[in-house]
Amino acid sequence: MLTTRRVDAYHALTLVAPGIAEHLRPGHFVAVAVGGPRSSMLTRRSFSVHDVKPDYGGTVELVFTVRGPGTSWLADRRARDTLDVVGPLGRPFPLPRDPVNCVLVGGDYGSATLFGLADALQRRGCRVDFVIGAESAERVFGALRARRMGETTTLTTEDGSLGMRGRVTDVLPGVIADVRADVVYACGPMETLRGVTAVAIEFDIPVQVSVEEAMACGFGVCMTCVLPVIGEDGITRMVRACVEGPVFRGERVRFEDVGTIPFDAAGAPGAPSASTSPASPGGGGGPRNVS
Amino acid sequence: MSVDMRTYLAHVELANPITTAAGCASSGRELSQFFDLNRIGALVTRSITMAPRAGRPTPRMAETPSGLLNAVGLQGPGIDAFLDRELPWLAHRGVRTVVSIGGGTVNEYGALARRLTDAPGVTAVEVNLACPNIEDRGRVFARDGAAAAEVVSSVRALMRYDVPVIAKLSPDVADIVAVARACVDGGADALSMINTPVGMSIDTETLRPALAAVTGGLSGPAVRPLAVRCVWQVYAALPGVPIVGVGGVLTGRDAFELILAGACVVGVGTALFHDPYVCLRILRELEELLSARGFQRLADAVGLAHHHPPGGGTRHRPDVLPDPGAPGFGAAPGGSDLEESSL
Ligand SMILES: Cc1cc2nc3c(=O)[nH]c(=O)nc-3n(C[C@H](O)[C@H](O)[C@H](O)COP(=O)(O)OP(=O)(O)OC[C@H]3O[C@@H](n4cnc5c(N)ncnc54)[C@H](O)[C@@H]3O)c2cc1C
Ligand SMILES: Cc1cc2nc3c(=O)[nH]c(=O)nc-3n(C[C@H](O)[C@H](O)[C@H](O)COP(=O)(O)O)c2cc1C
Ligand code: FES
Repeated sequence: MLTTRRVDAYHALTLVAPGIAEHLRPGHFVAVAVGGPRSSMLTRRSFSVHDVKPDYGGTVELVFTVRGPGTSWLADRRARDTLDVVGPLGRPFPLPRDPVNCVLVGGDYGSATLFGLADALQRRGCRVDFVIGAESAERVFGALRARRMGETTTLTTEDGSLGMRGRVTDVLPGVIADVRADVVYACGPMETLRGVTAVAIEFDIPVQVSVEEAMACGFGVCMTCVLPVIGEDGITRMVRACVEGPVFRGERVRFEDVGTIPFDAAGAPGAPSASTSPASPGGGGGPRNVS
Repeated sequence: MSVDMRTYLAHVELANPITTAAGCASSGRELSQFFDLNRIGALVTRSITMAPRAGRPTPRMAETPSGLLNAVGLQGPGIDAFLDRELPWLAHRGVRTVVSIGGGTVNEYGALARRLTDAPGVTAVEVNLACPNIEDRGRVFARDGAAAAEVVSSVRALMRYDVPVIAKLSPDVADIVAVARACVDGGADALSMINTPVGMSIDTETLRPALAAVTGGLSGPAVRPLAVRCVWQVYAALPGVPIVGVGGVLTGRDAFELILAGACVVGVGTALFHDPYVCLRILRELEELLSARGFQRLADAVGLAHHHPPGGGTRHRPDVLPDPGAPGFGAAPGGSDLEESSL
């Protein structure tokens, strides 16, 4: 671990992790062991990656908020401490082949993962506009960077302490119309993703969302991270966010049914019999273990 | 010094005693990205059911001190997809595969066994008895010796004679030995213990149960003492029956503990979630431990603690010498610290 700093309401950790940095694509996440070698916390904590840099052979930066014992332990780490990190994990954001107009929407620390994406999109000649929001100013992450990178940046806070008062979904329709957006990318709380998806559907443009589900393993074996997603064939399956996601096409995620087993899902009690998707190993480069 | 790590699950030889635990390695494919599955003793699949199952709603997991509560609800694609896609994949790679099965009725277990009889690549069948019995108002088979035995004997009757049938027991019973004995009488060739005891946790922020299913199975080091106790009691009562010890194994030392209690095979579950390479590390640590203690064969350590009662002096009592009839005691373990105990 290289550095640790506070960024408004968040903590940022930079890790020297050449193996991860080399293979990481925007949207991938990493899983961090917390509590030290004799920890009583058995499950790794998942974090998306904010920044990848070539220094020291390759570094990655995580941005996080303290939620419980795992993240509070992480917040107490200091420079030169060693961390046990596995990654990159999951399916990254798919990138458009053509130079199209992209609106990137971030809620809370969800915006952290958007800058690597913006960079990749811009290298393909895409136009990038940001919409970033949170409850209050100190929870809006990356406003300055968004302003530097984006054609336009619209900020929202629910208390009005920064940008427009309201939520990202309140301003999103206007931004999509103004910039003639072809595609929307979003990362943030489930409620935000649900709202963003609804807006994109209204404009009939594709939307890619990165979801957050409680994960015990992060590589597809424990089946704890599932959510109902409609497949190519129109059948809803309980799919694993860690390997089939965390990035999904928004319109395929049944947000209103997250936390339930929809009655028509494959294998639901009493559902018509349909086979679930083949077990597919995690995408993207193959996980690497570093310290 | 290298240790002979071979072990037997009934008459089937495994290259070493470390296996995955049911439901913690899916059907092996994800884990194979990290290491060659042929390096562990066997891959135990998640419990396969007749029909596809969507499982339980989320949240399905909650972390507890040194443990994990889960209520996944046997999510999986069902036996057809397993036989089409998953088992052939394992068989093609020559992976020793223990297929775990789960059902809601005796007939359903039987139907699963029938489907597995002719499938190539089944090293053994593990009967997950921690499933609610639909015909007994949802009482779990593992809690009722007679029901458990009925399931085991129907599976045993249908499986090929050379495929061992393992009964997987739950610790949530008044008398684990009684259930174990019933299963062995029903035809079980080996026993696996423990499945997860039922636990619960409440989120004090939301004031609600942490799991959508309210209760869930507790796993991880928090349950290891339960596993050691169950293995110990069953080994003492049924010394000839091979035992797969499962529960909270994180290190080679933990595996060794279950082996000393009487396990000849050790399953690793929750630890995999933390470290997909953990089976290889446990195997290495176990071999080092055995070697450091002077063992030439893993088999010599199986159940050894039964012959070393607590209290230093008693180690020298002649009446606690290993029973020469018990499995694994063909040869006295070598090494100074054991010779010193007047074996
Ligand atoms: C793909 C992905 C990317 C993420 N990226 C970030 C990020 O960039 N920044 C950030 O601050 N947080 C991120 N999270 C959420 C982060 O993983 C949780 O805040 C963290 O696990 C909480 O751990 P804790 O011990 O502090 O809290 P506790 O609530 O005590 O955690 C207990 C258990 O629940 C699990 N858990 C609880 N909430 C979540 C959750 N929302 N998501 C996943 N697991 C959870 C933990 O893994 C742990 O096993 C991400 C989650 C996922 C799945
Ligand atoms: C997420 C999860 C899923 C499990 N699924 C199954 C299963 O399908 N069948 C079964 O017999 N046991 C299942 N188990 C129980 C384990 O096989 C094992 O008995 C138990 O977790 C104790 O071992 P551990 O502490 O090493 O995890 C599951 C355990 C976990 C944590
Ligand atoms: S976190 Fe284990 S399967 Fe997704």
